[in-house]
Amino acid sequence: MKKGIQILFLILAAFSINGIAQENAGLKLPAGFKASLYANNIGAARHITVTKAGVVFAKLNYPNKEGNAIVRLEDANNDGVADKVNGWANYPGTGIYVKGNSLYASSNEAIFKYELNSKDEVVNPQSPLTIVSGLLNRRQHESKSITFDKENNIYVNIGAYSNACQIEDRKAGSQGRVPCNILDSAGGIWKFNASKENQTYKDGKRYATGLRNVVGLDWNHQTNQLYVAQHGRDQLNSFYPNLYTDAQNAELPAETFYAINEGDNAGWPYIYYDPAQHKKIVSPEYGGDGKKEGASEYKDPAVAFPAHMAPMAVLFYTGNQFPEKYKNGAFISFHGSWNRAPLPQEGFFVAFVPFKDGKATGDWEIFANGFAGVEADVKVTNTAKAKARPCGLAQGPDGSIYVSDDTKGAIFKISYGQ
Amino acid sequence: MRKNILNKVLKLGVFISLFISTQVVKAQNLINGKKLYETRCLACHQSDGGGVPNMNPPLDGSSNVNGKDIARLVKIVKNGYDERIALDGMYYSNAMTANPDFTDQQIADVLTYVRTSWSNKASKITLAQVKAANSKHKISAQK
Repeated sequence: MKKGIQILFLILAAFSINGIAQENAGLKLPAGFKASLYANNIGAARHITVTKAGVVFAKLNYPNKEGNAIVRLEDANNDGVADKVNGWANYPGTGIYVKGNSLYASSNEAIFKYELNSKDEVVNPQSPLTIVSGLLNRRQHESKSITFDKENNIYVNIGAYSNACQIEDRKAGSQGRVPCNILDSAGGIWKFNASKENQTYKDGKRYATGLRNVVGLDWNHQTNQLYVAQHGRDQLNSFYPNLYTDAQNAELPAETFYAINEGDNAGWPYIYYDPAQHKKIVSPEYGGDGKKEGASEYKDPAVAFPAHMAPMAVLFYTGNQFPEKYKNGAFISFHGSWNRAPLPQEGFFVAFVPFKDGKATGDWEIFANGFAGVEADVKVTNTAKAKARPCGLAQGPDGSIYVSDDTKGAIFKISYGQ
Repeated sequence: MRKNILNKVLKLGVFISLFISTQVVKAQNLINGKKLYETRCLACHQSDGGGVPNMNPPLDGSSNVNGKDIARLVKIVKNGYDERIALDGMYYSNAMTANPDFTDQQIADVLTYVRTSWSNKASKITLAQVKAANSKHKISAQK
């Protein structure tokens, strides 16, 4: 009898380890949605993009065990799981974007352009055109995420190589630089011509500034506008324990989602956004005390999310497969926090931001959860324990969406109906 | 004869109380190390020493933390670290905050906590080792 129970437990354990028993690839989704594990263990998959024929390309943070840092995936038998997987390139990076028969990919310093044939295979894997190079990479916030407008322009994030533009980064008591000289070549979004080769800073334009680190950005084609999601600053409690408790740091500052117009300034490092006060507050490195309000010239966010959740990708949904409420709204993937410790971490999900008349309503909701591999009501306490961390987002030709994970490299495909 | 026994008992008593007091000191060092870890290290390295992928390196199971280069560990705790670090096949990019206010004893305590916590089973770090590491730095700084 006892042995029988033991065997039963062993079988159950084996099932849960293999994930056979996992419905929807372990994800928790709204009613009517289903998910499949489209790919797994492909390497640290950052951003993803899908061609009109449904071929998925993933940019890896660093080369996988096969030595490839871009992976092409195809689901030839259409069962929701990629059956043809190969790759090329060896440079680290995050950005990838299909536009017509061109595939753009970014390293942490440059943007390359590949050509696709009629089967969505890359014609020139070893000899891409260099569109932009020489972008700052001082290892912190090094991702060069990319998106495109309707007029053949690339928008690329150049993250600030700093937490709060202190004279000495992340050093207690070090004051903020006045002015913050990082902003001349980082901490913003730059615009480049998508077809001109060998561009660098002087050929581009700083489109928006005062953005500490934007990993997720997308063009809203309905309103013809750039939207970006910023990673807010860290460690208010560590460096200013007299101003911020651990509990306050866990909720400050907001992760902010902005509707960007050319020339906008979101205010980093001088201010941060306090989601409880609904105010831009002067950073303590610049004389703030947690209450003093910042200059009104800085942009207000369209949506303020809980602190430290790390928005990794933005996707405006233009498909017809999902229910009407999702049309033209924004999905945002959240990597999951680390700087809420010692309090439990937050994030590790994909959120949905409804849009009405081209504007975010602010009533965001969790769309897909369960990536971290813990029950929905259990919090992740230690970030490295999360089984998967949502990163890239892309929409397939049938209106399904794909979510990548940059820990082991899973790709989830989420569909509605049938 | 009786004096002799008394002497032995006394010696044993001194030995036992010394032993107990060093054990108490050692236990107290570990408690101090844990406290320092929680206030100064945990935010980035996390309560399980697991770190944050690509950003803050793990301490649990780390070959550096469990390794023999004590001088390097002392230096990192004291001065922070401002370079991308390659560790056990991964890269970590965040700058580490310096702890210039730590005493040598505090460095020994926090390193002892880190080297003996979670799955780590490396040797404890003594005050003498921290002092030796400091003089090693001075020598290498003069070069």
